[in-house]
Amino acid sequence: MSPADTASTLVSFRDVSKVFETGNRRRRRTVTAVESVDLDIRRGEIFAVIGYSGAGKSTLVRLINGLEPVTSGFLEVAGRRVDGRSETQLAPVRRDIGMIFQQFNLFTSRTVAGNVEYPLKRAGWSAENRKARVAELLEFVGLTERAGNYPEQLSGGQKQRVGVARALATSPELLLADESTSALDPETTQEVLGLLRRVNRELGITIVLITHEMDVVRAVADRVAVMDGGRVVEVGSTAEIFAHPKAETTRKFVSSVMRTVPREDELATLRRDHPGRLVLVDVSDQNRIGEVLSAAARDGLRFEIAFGGISILQSHTFGTLTLSLDGPEDAVTRAVDALRTVTTVQEVSA
Amino acid sequence: MMDWSTLGPQLLSATGQTLYMVTVTLVLAGLIGLAVGVGLYVTRRGNILQNVVVYTILNVVVNFVRPIPFIILLAALGRVTEGVVGTRLGPNAAIFAMTIGATFAVARIVEQNLMTVDPGVVEAARSMGVSRWKIITTVILAEALGPLVLGYTFLVIGITDMSAMAGAIGAGGLGDFALRLGYQRFNDEVTWAAVIVIIVLVQLVQFFGNWLARRIMRR
Repeated sequence: MSPADTASTLVSFRDVSKVFETGNRRRRRTVTAVESVDLDIRRGEIFAVIGYSGAGKSTLVRLINGLEPVTSGFLEVAGRRVDGRSETQLAPVRRDIGMIFQQFNLFTSRTVAGNVEYPLKRAGWSAENRKARVAELLEFVGLTERAGNYPEQLSGGQKQRVGVARALATSPELLLADESTSALDPETTQEVLGLLRRVNRELGITIVLITHEMDVVRAVADRVAVMDGGRVVEVGSTAEIFAHPKAETTRKFVSSVMRTVPREDELATLRRDHPGRLVLVDVSDQNRIGEVLSAAARDGLRFEIAFGGISILQSHTFGTLTLSLDGPEDAVTRAVDALRTVTTVQEVSA
Repeated sequence: MMDWSTLGPQLLSATGQTLYMVTVTLVLAGLIGLAVGVGLYVTRRGNILQNVVVYTILNVVVNFVRPIPFIILLAALGRVTEGVVGTRLGPNAAIFAMTIGATFAVARIVEQNLMTVDPGVVEAARSMGVSRWKIITTVILAEALGPLVLGYTFLVIGITDMSAMAGAIGAGGLGDFALRLGYQRFNDEVTWAAVIVIIVLVQLVQFFGNWLARRIMRR
């Protein structure tokens, strides 16, 4: 009885570890790249794995298609065991998993069409069917007129689109994207992310995406796992992770793109400029902070929005504001109490 | 003045013998060397058929044979050649020794050219579930084809050089022609006739190899 029998789970990790052995016979050293990971990736989602370099995220994704063998633990993809399988036994599993790479890894000796056709040839498709499928895939990624070009004649974004077409050739259920936009400029990154979103929405393909950029997570991911030192330190929906990051690493990642809480040095400036009481309030879908403040203003409160940011993610509003509250002391107290009824209020210590 | 009415046909037949020895050696050493070179590449640490024992054995054998000057290898192999070919003399005996000498040179050239193939491309093929044999034939060799053609072209010149030395043990060919009819009779004109034919042959091969490699690499 496997632990991942639910129809909605596509990839499941149970206490999975990966240990690399380096060095020679006399001085053997071991490096634990992935440590005791439990993770379920659901059918149809875009699942991001974020972490700094060396966090083990690239190794983690390579375990899924067996490019790196699991050292210990249980790993299953679409009901098929991956751990403990030989290279030959893994071949059928891999045919149902597409993969794209940071450096694209296209065959330089083959044309764009030849690259896309290659996996079909290996899968034994007839020449006629291959031709039709290649045309369909190139159409999907918008490179029909580039079919006869060689990879070296393409831009980075175009190369990655060929990579996507090639990875999807045999209609896999799962697409692994290893830092697939890290070698691209911001504009091209958006273009490739847009394509990945289409792959997910239009073709229903589950995507596991490795990145070190929170912007990428925000743009496409439904759920995200944060890795640090080989461990998954936090998993949650992207909205959850952005709104309420728990682990220290997660907070750092979130603040890399969403800096809504002032730093120490900024606080000093805020205190200098605002004589009132400084409080941090969380903004979310429901709360009506403006309404509360305007009512409090009628009560004699003087307030100022001193710092903060509000954003929308997966159709959820979230953010943090730093408010400066001034005026008669009882009016300020009443205002804080009123705010507490709609959101969390945190005093900024003097 | 030389009598080119008799030397001419001899030069022609010597050229034919050289072409014969070089071609047969190229095919034999080219194929066996390709196999050994691929073997070295795939068994290397971190590659698709990593195998320390096999790699070490192949590597030692190649390193053992390669530095032996060909003229010495030719002499040293005498008894083996006699056992295999039946004689120590003539083009076929030379081909045997040349094949042994050239195989290991080919192996190194093949190994070095395959090492220039981007490991990421091999990883991409692995991620598609392609068998290791197909990865070797349709990815690694395909990706390295251009440089391999240049490597083999370089090798033809080396084999031509070997065939001239084989002339010294009575293999015939242009080396024999130049040594016996030119050098030993103090007749520079004959020697230079052989030199010119060799230069022309080598130029043709180099030209063809460059053209082919350029076509493959589209540069």
